[in-house]
Amino acid sequence: MTNGHPPAVAFDRVSKSFGAKQILSDVSWSIPEGEAACILGRSGTGKSVTLKLIIALLKPDQGSIRIDQDEVSHLEGPRLSTVRRKIGYLFQDAALFDSLTVYENLALPLMRLTQKSRGEIDDLVDRVLGQVGLAGDKAKMPSELSGGMRKRAGLARALVLEPKILLADEPSSGLDRITASEIDELLLRQKAEHKTTLIVVTHDVHGARRVADRVLVLDRGRLIAQGTVAEVEHSENEVARKLMGSNQ
Amino acid sequence: MTNVFELAGKVSLFGLRAAVDSFRRPFEGEQIVSQLAEIGSKSLPLVIACGFALGAVMTLHTRSTLVMFGAASIIPAVQALAFFLEIGPLVTGLLVAGRVGSGIGAVLADMRATEQIDGIESLSIDSFKFLVVPRIVACTLALPLLTLFMDFSGLAGGFLSEFAASRLSLQLYISQAFSTFQWANFWPPTLKTCVFGFVIGTISSFFGYTTNEGAQGVGKAATSSVVASSLMIILLDVLLIKLIFFIFPEGAL
Repeated sequence: MTNGHPPAVAFDRVSKSFGAKQILSDVSWSIPEGEAACILGRSGTGKSVTLKLIIALLKPDQGSIRIDQDEVSHLEGPRLSTVRRKIGYLFQDAALFDSLTVYENLALPLMRLTQKSRGEIDDLVDRVLGQVGLAGDKAKMPSELSGGMRKRAGLARALVLEPKILLADEPSSGLDRITASEIDELLLRQKAEHKTTLIVVTHDVHGARRVADRVLVLDRGRLIAQGTVAEVEHSENEVARKLMGSNQ
Repeated sequence: MTNVFELAGKVSLFGLRAAVDSFRRPFEGEQIVSQLAEIGSKSLPLVIACGFALGAVMTLHTRSTLVMFGAASIIPAVQALAFFLEIGPLVTGLLVAGRVGSGIGAVLADMRATEQIDGIESLSIDSFKFLVVPRIVACTLALPLLTLFMDFSGLAGGFLSEFAASRLSLQLYISQAFSTFQWANFWPPTLKTCVFGFVIGTISSFFGYTTNEGAQGVGKAATSSVVASSLMIILLDVLLIKLIFFIFPEGAL
């Protein structure tokens, strides 16, 4: 806790393995409300698994994960849904429902989870799509969108329920630097305007420097460094220093 | 062998969960209607074409033998009984297992591979209830209706074949076809296809929804769905016929 706020997300000695392969080993960290954390690390070090553990798409083998004081590791059914309502998730490939239009992708959770009228849903969808620059594309199918547009549509869907916590899995992967910067801008604006807690998995150190209040570095399932960008740059751990020094 | 029993147990639990969830709110009416259109309407041309061709061919095959024994007049009745009792339900089940089963398996497996199912879960939506239950309910409702289309198109094909050979009138063909027909020949075989539909929906949804092999799993799920559904339909057909004869002994000819 650095800004006096309670942690929005807290990992306490979390371990996770798939079969014989240990993905996360005894990992502990927390992020205060309204801050942005970027998780860096080489491929296959458990970054995406960390996000899936937060939203309870995966369960840890050991340890506890708290979202706003709620222990999510053992939650099921309606109580888990209540916690998930606080979280928005931008998947690496956006994971838009390919049988629905962009509008329907955003309207679906609103129709099922809120009491809003059709008119209110239309207004909200239009507003969020406008924020991500897709106001004119709501009738398109996901297959008609470019990579950057898909990411922005995925981001809009993640934001449409006005989450307190936004998880983003490699939001800039496969995008050119300009489009990646636009996505970073959207994330920063969301944080500034709505005090949303951001947890971003990325390989883009340039983006991490812009977005992150703190950086977590994972390597071989262990948290090898955490702190501000400057602190991690001067970390004693060589892998962490090298990661922060790459693609600046 | 243990694996087969383990798989059968998992599929049974999957089907049981779907059956229970289908009576739990929200009832997913919109999704069920959309799946009925996908499964029912889009299978209709195939079912009708197949029924018509089978009906015509069956009459061609049986006619020569029955004429030899001076029993040409029972051709319509044979045709009707064969279609309503067995050919209609079984062939419709196998056709739907091929067309719809593979589709359900592939679509759900693709949604799993592309994280769409995780996406639904992350939005606090129960993906099982949203994706699986409507498909199983739609299969269960669509099969009896498709079977009726198969039965009547089989009779239509049979009539045309018979008309070409003997100029038998439509009125006479229909009256002869249903002269020995009882309700016990109609309801139980038609309604048993609800079980076929449930089995097709459950097995194909299971293979698609539970896959974790990425893109490779899509093809595997489609193939496994068709093979397992078809096999189960054939096995269940035998069991259900015995059960129908037990409950409706007048239907046992």
